[in-house]
Amino acid sequence: MKRFRAVYIIWLRDLKRHFRDRARIVGSLASPIIFIFILGQGLGSTIGQNLPVGGGTLDYKTFMFPGILGMTVLFAGVFASVSIVWDREFGFLKEMLVAPVPSWSIALGKVISGATIASFQGCIMLVLAPFAGVSLSPLMIAELIPTLFLVACSMTGMGVLVASRLKSMQGFQMIMNFIMMPMFFISGAMFPLANAPTWMDTLSKIDPLTYGVDALRDIMLTDVPSRYAFTTDIAVIALLSAAMLAIAISTFSRQT
Amino acid sequence: MSAPSGENEAIAPETTATVEAGRPPASQGPVIQVDKLTRRFNGFTAVDEVSFTIGRKEIFGFLGPNGAGKTTTISMLVTLLKPTSGHAILNGYDISTQQDAVRQSIGIVFQDPTLDDQLTARENLEFHAMLYNVPPGERDARAHRVLDMVGLTERASDRVETFSGGMKRRLEIARGLMHYPHVLFLDEPTLGLDPQTRSAIWEHVHELRAEYDITVFLTTHYMEEAENCDRIAIIDNGKIVALDTPGTLKHGVGGDIITLRSADAAATVTELREKFQLEAKVKPAPADTSGPAGDRIYLEVPNGRTLLPQILKGLTTEILSVAVREPTLDDVFLGLTGKQIREESVDKMDAMKTRIRRRRSMGGHR
Repeated sequence: MKRFRAVYIIWLRDLKRHFRDRARIVGSLASPIIFIFILGQGLGSTIGQNLPVGGGTLDYKTFMFPGILGMTVLFAGVFASVSIVWDREFGFLKEMLVAPVPSWSIALGKVISGATIASFQGCIMLVLAPFAGVSLSPLMIAELIPTLFLVACSMTGMGVLVASRLKSMQGFQMIMNFIMMPMFFISGAMFPLANAPTWMDTLSKIDPLTYGVDALRDIMLTDVPSRYAFTTDIAVIALLSAAMLAIAISTFSRQT
Repeated sequence: MSAPSGENEAIAPETTATVEAGRPPASQGPVIQVDKLTRRFNGFTAVDEVSFTIGRKEIFGFLGPNGAGKTTTISMLVTLLKPTSGHAILNGYDISTQQDAVRQSIGIVFQDPTLDDQLTARENLEFHAMLYNVPPGERDARAHRVLDMVGLTERASDRVETFSGGMKRRLEIARGLMHYPHVLFLDEPTLGLDPQTRSAIWEHVHELRAEYDITVFLTTHYMEEAENCDRIAIIDNGKIVALDTPGTLKHGVGGDIITLRSADAAATVTELREKFQLEAKVKPAPADTSGPAGDRIYLEVPNGRTLLPQILKGLTTEILSVAVREPTLDDVFLGLTGKQIREESVDKMDAMKTRIRRRRSMGGHR
């Protein structure tokens, strides 16, 4: 366990920083709320309040809610792990790099702290569930928390991977536009992928968030048939998380 | 977190009292032994077969202009950068093969701040203590002690972002001491600080040595600072060109320094050679034009005060001003390398090399 000491230290530091910054916690909830209540309302009323899903009908906001939860975790997770770039710019990364701890433990610490923060942000979002017409049982919440954490791990793994190669915060906007936004839209968070063209369907299959959103929808919307079986979703996310983590750790250890 | 002793496998179990817990034992003999340490970047040699030995409790200064290889050498000694060739032993541990033990034995204060701005001073110290295996029961006491030493006790609970540059530097020095290192590396510790803070930091450095039996390895390009060192290595273009006590180095210059400003430097130099058999050096006028115009002619003579009147009488070229003084390390540097230490990378090639060197050495590799 000695070797994991740094993982805990980095996790503790990042959480301290996160919870100290109230404005950021509240601010990061702004866009999901806007998506649900403005976009959800607006699109719902034009496209049709009732979305034909699996024989029955569904309020668009309800359909969208798990997707927005996935988005929250994606953005919070990537943003939290990209803080490595900040740490590099403000020097603290160096303090960690010269400490008598292995460098893989720094990368792992970042992945886990980012995942904790992202899934925490996701959990706060659950408060909004009733307004989106989603009713949650305690069992669902018990299933949601570990699922959110797992999804977050794949996102933060990707974040650390990107951050290891990113030398300044300037590149972050690029990452937003070229990776995060497509990942979000192609995942089926905003619309059902059933009628999507083949290219989009293909892309969605390599998007980790697709499985994340599908798993979240599976838990929350019991009467909506999901794209993949819940176990498939979880298995794919776990596999992707592990792969991202491994690549992120080796890239980080080599780059810095 | 387990018991403090032997927490890091590479380090031998603790034998001394609890005050020393987490601190690797002191090795016998010199605390740093460097043997032909070399670092090349794409064919460019930043550090070239540098060898030196530093004894325990010594304050050792690395003096040289920007880009001379100071930071690259430090980066290798603190295990951030792998040497291309050569060896170095620090506190008995090999920098290439026993990284963790070396890291546990040293404290580092980098040129650029490496504090977490969002955390308080005390939290920064706590995290450092955790990273360096300081036993939990001792962290508070140590934090209190080092904060007291650098005079930051009252600001312990304030976030670092509210600190001034000097306070940050002092806090970094305090943090570097939290794990009771054997060697404290200070890379340009007083760069950009006001004279008051600078002398305060030097006071701390001297205190440290007395109190913690610490060896201090510092780099600087301030001559006045180098005078505080027990020994100085002068480094230029990646090579050590001189290594001795400040006194001996200054003595080696050969007496007094006469500086003349002349309307025609070349003519004056010729005259000095022909009439007085004196070899003069010419320092070009500063590029920033802050000082008076005219090239400076620079003479090393055994008895400047008696020789100067004779020189002035004998010269026919117009002399604008004269000065006689005792040698400083600036003169030592000029004598050894033919250039002034503070002229920052004069030509473009030098500037580029410096940039490359800095980038490489700062990025570091494990």
